Amino acid sequence: MGLAKRIIPCLDVDNGRVVKGVNFVDIRDAGDPVEIAARYNREGADEITFLDITASSDNRETILHVVEDVASQVFIPLTVGGGVRKVEDVRNMLNAGADKVAINTAAVFNPELVKEASDYFGSQCIVVAIDAKQVSKEGEPLKWNIFTHGGRKDAGIDAVEWAKKMADYGAGELLVTSMDRDGTKVGFNLPLTKAITDAVNIPVIASGGVGNLQHLADGVLEGGADAVLAASIFHFGEYTVGQAKQHMADQGIEMRL
Amino acid sequence: MSLIAIIDYGMGNLRSVSQALSHVADDSTRIEITSDKDTILNADRIVFPGQGAARDCMRELQNYHLVDIIRESAQTKPFLGVCMGMQVLLEKSEENDGVDCLGLYKGEVKNFANVISERDAQGERLKIPQMGWNQIHQKNDHPLWHGIESGARFYFVHSYYVQPEDDALITGETEFGIAYASAIAKDNVFAIQAHPEKSADDGLQLLKNFTQWDGK
Repeated sequence: MGLAKRIIPCLDVDNGRVVKGVNFVDIRDAGDPVEIAARYNREGADEITFLDITASSDNRETILHVVEDVASQVFIPLTVGGGVRKVEDVRNMLNAGADKVAINTAAVFNPELVKEASDYFGSQCIVVAIDAKQVSKEGEPLKWNIFTHGGRKDAGIDAVEWAKKMADYGAGELLVTSMDRDGTKVGFNLPLTKAITDAVNIPVIASGGVGNLQHLADGVLEGGADAVLAASIFHFGEYTVGQAKQHMADQGIEMRL
Repeated sequence: MSLIAIIDYGMGNLRSVSQALSHVADDSTRIEITSDKDTILNADRIVFPGQGAARDCMRELQNYHLVDIIRESAQTKPFLGVCMGMQVLLEKSEENDGVDCLGLYKGEVKNFANVISERDAQGERLKIPQMGWNQIHQKNDHPLWHGIESGARFYFVHSYYVQPEDDALITGETEFGIAYASAIAKDNVFAIQAHPEKSADDGLQLLKNFTQWDGK
């Protein structure tokens, strides 16, 4: 027995409130980040990720209060992403109580930020989020590029090469989201996940497309992921984190049960 | 009133550990994050955390004039070392081309990368740093293990591990390519490589046990 694979529920936060329905019978306020995080913690979540989708820069600070409130009540690792542009943003989130900070678009436009932040705070707290989409046509060898602006703009960067570069720049972990699969519920893009886990020697979190518990197991067994992230299958009460962990453990995956 | 001092020497965010202790301590316990010598010397219990590189930790302990204070505290009252605060209790670390540490215990801090292979016996990849939940197998009975099952999982993030000369110091063992000392204890000192403040209920239980421990 050794290190366990991780399950990470992901919550979208807008102006300090969790959005995209969270339907739990024992939750009074579906928008309260503390209550939802505490519920996931009780179910056995290994970490929790908050993605700040607040549009207005005036309200950027709200995510810091969310992190402060959750960190004072829920004692598992917390990752926060969304809107991270400067070393200062990373510092603010860590000071608020985040254990890791995810850098996404800013890494594409300013890769040095990853280097600076990991030099300063240590690789262990820097996650680089990679949003990738398939660009190869049918019959061609598989190829994925980095996309920005919510998956609308092709940055013209090969995703596997980018993953290697980010690992070299000091990323401690990669959060790999297939933009083709996000929201589709047909499962992770396993060839993409596998291509990246094979290419780097840092932990990889698979994301995008989970529709059932077998998808989570496949992310580890076929994609080689160290952790799996999902949002909607947990938020809508279809499955609990505990059920997901048991399902994965039943297939021989080492889990914290 | 009893006081738990969390030693602040500029290495990492101490808020998590402080909040977790506040969460489990009773009303008569005060928790203070401090670099102040008198506060540390007057505290009833000491938490010695730390993250970052060994060289930076030792340099900052010297800059804050805390080396002797820590040595003294570790001999006199319940003392909990966490992560880097465990590693620097040994004589030296392989990190940063070799760093002399506090030397409370004989032994060295070793680099996983020099010792383990790329995959374990089951064929699982071993990525360094070890990041995530691993089991701690209890080697003996200790008040800080009270209410925690042997084999319980704790949250780890580290690339180096301690190798004390005296096996009798090892109170917890973890497997990551090799079996290594993930918790050591002697007299009034308990030190753990994992982060109890991030290890859910079992971590909180360990911290609660510490707030009640008389160091024996």
